[in-house]
Amino acid sequence: MLRTLIQNGRVIDPSQNIDRVTNLLIEEGRIAAIDVPADGSAHVIDATGKLVVPGLIDLHVQIREPGFEEDETIESAAYAALAGGFTSIAAISETNPPVDSAAAVTYLGRQASEADHCNVYPVACVSSGRHGEEMAEIGILHNAGAIAFSDGQRPVSNPELLRRALEYTLMFGRPVLNRPEMVELSRDGVMHDGSISTVLGLAPMPAEAEDVMAARDIRICEATGGKLHLLAISCSGTVEILRRAKDRGVGVSASICAYQFALTDEAMRGFDTSLKLNPPLRSQDHIDACIAGLNDGTIDVIASGHAPRSSEKKMCAITEAPFGMVGLETALGLVGTHLVKSGKVDWPTIVRAMSTNAAKVLGIEKGTLQAGADADVTIIDPDLAWKVDTSAYRSKSFNCPFQGVTLTGRAVETIVGGITKFRYDGT
Amino acid sequence: METPGFLEPFKGRWTKRHLLDLESLSSDEITLLLDVAQAFKESTNNCRTKLSVLTGRTSVNLFFEDSTRTRTSFSLASRRLGADVIEFSASSSSLSKGETLLDTAKTIQSMCIDTLVCRHKAPGTPQMLAENLDCGVINAGDGPHEHPTQGLLDILTIRQHRGDLAGKTVALVGDIAHSRTARSNIWGLQKLGAHVIVCGPSTLVSRRWEEFGVEVSHDLDSILERCDVLNLLRIQFERQYTRPFPSVREYALLYAMDRKRMQRAKSDILIMAPGPINRGVEITPEVADGEHSVILHQVNNGLAVRMAAMWLLNEGRATT
Repeated sequence: MLRTLIQNGRVIDPSQNIDRVTNLLIEEGRIAAIDVPADGSAHVIDATGKLVVPGLIDLHVQIREPGFEEDETIESAAYAALAGGFTSIAAISETNPPVDSAAAVTYLGRQASEADHCNVYPVACVSSGRHGEEMAEIGILHNAGAIAFSDGQRPVSNPELLRRALEYTLMFGRPVLNRPEMVELSRDGVMHDGSISTVLGLAPMPAEAEDVMAARDIRICEATGGKLHLLAISCSGTVEILRRAKDRGVGVSASICAYQFALTDEAMRGFDTSLKLNPPLRSQDHIDACIAGLNDGTIDVIASGHAPRSSEKKMCAITEAPFGMVGLETALGLVGTHLVKSGKVDWPTIVRAMSTNAAKVLGIEKGTLQAGADADVTIIDPDLAWKVDTSAYRSKSFNCPFQGVTLTGRAVETIVGGITKFRYDGT
Repeated sequence: METPGFLEPFKGRWTKRHLLDLESLSSDEITLLLDVAQAFKESTNNCRTKLSVLTGRTSVNLFFEDSTRTRTSFSLASRRLGADVIEFSASSSSLSKGETLLDTAKTIQSMCIDTLVCRHKAPGTPQMLAENLDCGVINAGDGPHEHPTQGLLDILTIRQHRGDLAGKTVALVGDIAHSRTARSNIWGLQKLGAHVIVCGPSTLVSRRWEEFGVEVSHDLDSILERCDVLNLLRIQFERQYTRPFPSVREYALLYAMDRKRMQRAKSDILIMAPGPINRGVEITPEVADGEHSVILHQVNNGLAVRMAAMWLLNEGRATT
């Protein structure tokens, strides 16, 4: 029998309220038990000084295949995910053709299976063609394997469509992942609307564009009783709106991208196209509100917001560059550095947000170290200082503003189904 | 290349490789640019004399937006200094074949050029080029961000007519939101001790400027009597999706400098406009052409300022 004992690590499992130094036993690809002593019968992984947590889950990964393989393929994204400590990713369609057919969902699954890296869960379109007009064939997409529905970076602007989608997905118990952005308020925007945008003359993306849309989405969610997840929130107003909604018992959840905690809009002074992000880097008061929201459970999930774009697409004027940065390989290091090391958030909260809650939102049986669960485990060295080197990236794209930056904390071993799929060797 | 005597006092004092904005310059650096420009004016028959201080040097005008005065002014400034000038047109370049902006710039640079003068609709483009090229880069206007030589020529004009900037009140009136000229003026004027007021409709004049020590007003009539200088900026309709005020007629009623307002202004008020001017919108013809107007002086000073910038950057490169 294949047995692995992860020994002397700090096991953090929010699903069971566990946080103690102990041993974790894996047998035949499943979690067997915790607190078991070493008896010499298992392969031993020494996790002394490290965190042993349920495999990280990223529910916001832009998949660019098919159509934009120059940016990323399913294979390269899944490999990058492993290097970042993620054992599962939700692949949100930013593809051409879009994932609005059973064939597209099946294709995604097949490519992921052939890659044989981490678990890849297809997220299919809410609207046909991602045009935001007609509902996609959600039932067929669900039957083909889609676990959630989203038009990706394109918000569902039509409130009637959102209402119908939230009602319809109820039949399948699946969430709608929507990016709250009122595009009429942020049109042509490049960065956060604030003092820095005023000085730089860059077109602004006001916080109200997110707040207003979030309020609308939440109200529709409340009316329908559907399962709504707000993707990539970033504003203090949205946090407050969410907090009140959750107090009322509305079935809404929300995620934030890890990069939001690392930089403020001040960083835009360099006009770096890899910092052209949607949502944009916000000012410190928004970041502080989001950290408070993370700590009190208003914000459920931290995602990478992985948005790969090939170099040639970013080598242009900032107004012409596409939004996004790669995030899978830096997300954990960014939160380790800017949230944990700085003392603002503790590791159990991070693990809850990057694994347990992400699994809950997606409705997948992951994000736990309970006996019998799939042995998806991430071993994190919380004190490891490492330098970001995009030339060693597993992702196909390098649109990362953190090149050369030293981060603290990273995944040193990523185990999927009991098998070590990635081990950090210093590169 | 022998340096003329009038430039000798300025040698070795400029240390920057590029001229990208006025925000990052010190008051000493701004004063140096102004002093050199003034020296060119006084010592070269109002910049008519052709010099040979940049003989063998090459500058390229890389303009991605239409321009009359700025482009001509930069070309002439380079030629007056003896440099070779290449005019680059975006529409007939390899950019139209899909080449990236940076690759185009690198291609041009590899032909041994010394100075790149760049205008682009996107803020930060000259900075991006400066970070990736070895030659000197001058920002000739990057979207609504900055237009440093325009700011300098405006300040030089004020200095010539009113002396020291310290304590003077300068109002920038109009479309501050979309104006690169406004931003360069704000930084340059403040660094030299002037009090700056930005004035216009609340949709075009952000209260955020108060964070940077600028007075914000939406009522021209209430500030008029305090102003030593009015710089009337064009409404940039081409950069707006929704009109920020109900009608041009209403804008002109509230903000156009006309004869009636001139009567209430200081008797020695200076009227400026960076151009192109919209007669009847931000300024009436009799004011634009009136005795207080120095609009054409500004254009003339542009040549001296650009000669100064070009010489200082090249001279600085030679000594570093």
